[in-house]
Amino acid sequence: MAMWMFLGSECLLFGGLISTYMLYRGRHPADLGPDQVFDIPFTSVSSFVLLMSSLTMVLAVSSAAQKDDRRTNLWLTVTALLGATFVGGQVYEFTSFYREGLGFTSSLFSSSFFTLTGFHGVHVTVGIIMLMALVGINKRGRIPGDKAEVVELVGLYWHFVDVVWIIIFTLVYLIPS
Amino acid sequence: MSTTADHVEHADHDHGDHGDHAPEAHAHEHKPDSYYVKIALILAAITALETSTYWVDFGAFFLPTLLILMAIKFVMVASLFMHLRGDSKIFSYLFYSGLILAIGVYVAFLATFRFFAST
Amino acid sequence: MAIIERPSTPALAGSGAPAVVTPSQAYGVLKRPVSTTGWRSWVFTVDHKKLGIMYGVVAMFFFLVGGVEALLIRLQLAGPEGTVLSAGLYNEMFTMHATTMVFLFVMPMGAAFANYFIPLQIGARDVAFPRINAFGFWCFLVGGIFLNTSWFLGGAADGGWFMYQPNANALFSPSHGVDFWGLGLQITGIASLTGAVNLITTILNMRAPGMTLMKMPIFTWMSLVTQFLLLFAMPVITVALFLLMFQREFGATFFDVSAGADPLLWQHLFWIFGHPEVYIIVLPGFGIASEVLPVFSRKPLFGYRFVVFSGAAIGFVGWGVWAHHMFASGLGPVSVAVFSMATMLIAIPTGVKIVNWVLTMWGGKIWFTTAMLFIVGMIAQFTIGGLSGVTHAVAPSDTQQTDTYYIIAHFHYTIFGGAVMALFAGFYYWWPKMFGKLLSERLGKWNFWLMMIGVNLTFGPMHIIGLQGQPRRMMNWTEARAGEGFFNLGFWNRVASFGSLLITIGVILFLVNVWNTHKKSSTTPKAPLDPWDARSLEWITASPPKEHNFDAIPTVHALDEFFHRKYEVDHDTGEVRKIASAEEVLAAEEAKADKHIHLPSPSYWPIILAVSLPIMGYGVIFNRLLIAVGGVILLLAMFGWALEPSVADDSDYDPPVDGGGTSKELANIG
Repeated sequence: MAMWMFLGSECLLFGGLISTYMLYRGRHPADLGPDQVFDIPFTSVSSFVLLMSSLTMVLAVSSAAQKDDRRTNLWLTVTALLGATFVGGQVYEFTSFYREGLGFTSSLFSSSFFTLTGFHGVHVTVGIIMLMALVGINKRGRIPGDKAEVVELVGLYWHFVDVVWIIIFTLVYLIPS
Repeated sequence: MSTTADHVEHADHDHGDHGDHAPEAHAHEHKPDSYYVKIALILAAITALETSTYWVDFGAFFLPTLLILMAIKFVMVASLFMHLRGDSKIFSYLFYSGLILAIGVYVAFLATFRFFAST
Repeated sequence: MAIIERPSTPALAGSGAPAVVTPSQAYGVLKRPVSTTGWRSWVFTVDHKKLGIMYGVVAMFFFLVGGVEALLIRLQLAGPEGTVLSAGLYNEMFTMHATTMVFLFVMPMGAAFANYFIPLQIGARDVAFPRINAFGFWCFLVGGIFLNTSWFLGGAADGGWFMYQPNANALFSPSHGVDFWGLGLQITGIASLTGAVNLITTILNMRAPGMTLMKMPIFTWMSLVTQFLLLFAMPVITVALFLLMFQREFGATFFDVSAGADPLLWQHLFWIFGHPEVYIIVLPGFGIASEVLPVFSRKPLFGYRFVVFSGAAIGFVGWGVWAHHMFASGLGPVSVAVFSMATMLIAIPTGVKIVNWVLTMWGGKIWFTTAMLFIVGMIAQFTIGGLSGVTHAVAPSDTQQTDTYYIIAHFHYTIFGGAVMALFAGFYYWWPKMFGKLLSERLGKWNFWLMMIGVNLTFGPMHIIGLQGQPRRMMNWTEARAGEGFFNLGFWNRVASFGSLLITIGVILFLVNVWNTHKKSSTTPKAPLDPWDARSLEWITASPPKEHNFDAIPTVHALDEFFHRKYEVDHDTGEVRKIASAEEVLAAEEAKADKHIHLPSPSYWPIILAVSLPIMGYGVIFNRLLIAVGGVILLLAMFGWALEPSVADDSDYDPPVDGGGTSKELANIG
């Protein structure tokens, strides 16, 4: 329940960031706006990767509920790897934007874009750290309390991060300004 | 999960202590992995459809289609992957109250900037 | 009594406990601290009562800091062309006065009461996540200290407490003050957020058997609404503060008009947080008022359901009125009209409460203790503040009043007259519960009257000078332009400064009162168990409460459970008659004491985790390397936290007396 409350609260955090972006997305020099720099096919692939990581997370939770340690660890690791792929894609995307001349301070659009997606990236990274820590601790059999429930809580967080990306992907990438 | 409802509603002390993190899937009927794979496939299909708007012109339906697809994906992940559907109602209330509040407040906020007027 | 104490020597818990932490598992995890006395028992505690008291003490300290800042401001304005403060220092002074009072006094003092009394009022042994609770307190403390170190490190924030852009830009505010402000509030914000999650979970999950939501004490109800407001308001200010930090430290231009940005973005984000914040400040006070009034009127609260629902309504509508702080910023007629209407709407639930309070007193046998006096005073003052608030809802009138002393008068009547007076009532009402000693009523009444008169002398005249046009934040006034006769600004400014002196004396009397009560603690008599003939659950336990709060968790049958255990209605005559004394009620509970109670164990990690945050804060401002240092501590502390079983192993404790029995444990994860 506490996790749900935290996620409810996070809705307002991302809501604020998304609104800031929506407000500022049109404020940029003519040649460096969202329509020019976004690489939709690339981002679609990384969105797909993140979506699939949600699937593997569910499988991890379900294995944990069945007390299958080996498969739990396997699926958690796969989830973390998919998450890392997504973050890697984001890093690549950021660097390619930067090479095209879109720095953090270039325009209001770029600042709010990098802030929004950066915040999301940090959330994913935190999620990856939690997943890996979970695998590490689990291997040594040191999860205090109910294991399935700990996995479930991390899972909730992970799905939420995915859900936020579903919104960002549509509002930020797919809808042209 | 289905048990948490009782805990929360009755606030019975002994269980209440644990109600917060009641064993999520223990008392719940267990879904086979293939069920989740199917959901994931549907989600993937929706994503593909969304992405296709980049190449195919949907005309006037473009914006509503995207928003509806986004909402469907959101609700699917929240209620099926995150078990919100099978869980205690109070979790849904907590989460969706945050979400709806966020949407309401920020839409009003953008409206004061006349964000929707131009489009 | 068969309560098992935790072992008191560190050696026992560390090495004596068999196989709790075997070497192969103990990678770097500190042993649990176990002291129950001395400073360690406070620093590493997770006990909600100790944390509540610490919240209270620290908040009181910041109240004095903020008070001194206020006095300096009034001293500056006590005469024409005041020279007490330089212009820059004056700006810092009013900014920090407001910030300190709002974020470091009223909010945490509400948290102190909530922390201490929510578990007691709902019949729980602790909060849901005791370690997170401790973490919240330490975040508040280090955040407050961090904020105030800015005085010594180049100057405090000077942009006004709402830090409007572009005024708070590096260009106009070149010192590090605003950075300290932003990061400090970010840290105390974590405290509020974790506290909110924790207390909501506690209230929803840990109520005693039989206590439905509609049998919950009203203070707990109002705190619940407050925590929901915090839960959803804090992330908004977090976003705003991050944008501010990126702007000042990393060259972004979110609020920079020259880069095409809209400085109104800041105003919106700030007030989307800021208006719920207003209710966060005042709702705990409403809760205290609704507890104190029925007790001293010897009547149940009039319209309990109305009070609950109007509290919830305030919490809800409070989200739709933020832009009334911005009527003067050119929002456009539609927005202004909408927000104006919403603002008028919110006066309704507030009015409902006031009517309920008055009707609670109506026909009651009123007992004017200090606590009661404070509440009656609070109702009067808050009504004045509320009415001047309605004049702000009328947009055309508001544009006249914006940024004048009229606004200052309004919100001091609501915050000081409303929230702070109620908090003082809480001190006098609950002191015997918390410390087992009664504060002196004689000094208390002096305290009340000095504060009551002081508040009206200080803030009353501000209505006049505000409508006369004295702008807010004006650093001095001149005799030549003060005006004449009744409306002479100079006269009323002197009155206000004199009034602030009376408030000061009142507060000092309160401190003297506390000092007197505890100085000769062996000679002053213990307070009776139930000095006020109270009504709610927190009085069905010893004063001060035992570490585990209740020997047996009471079963609740009614709202005002304690009252119904002491009194019953004679069915023939319809009279209320006493059937049991408080001592008898307590003895009956103690007779059923649980045999085996597990309390959450103290922990090192909350304070370590909290300390890493200001290190990162200093890092952002002075040296990026420090961010890494803080980050490493943060990460280590998190792992330590995650690896630490939150309840020490069973073998750390003596076994239950008769083997099985009713073993109780508190929340585990967290």
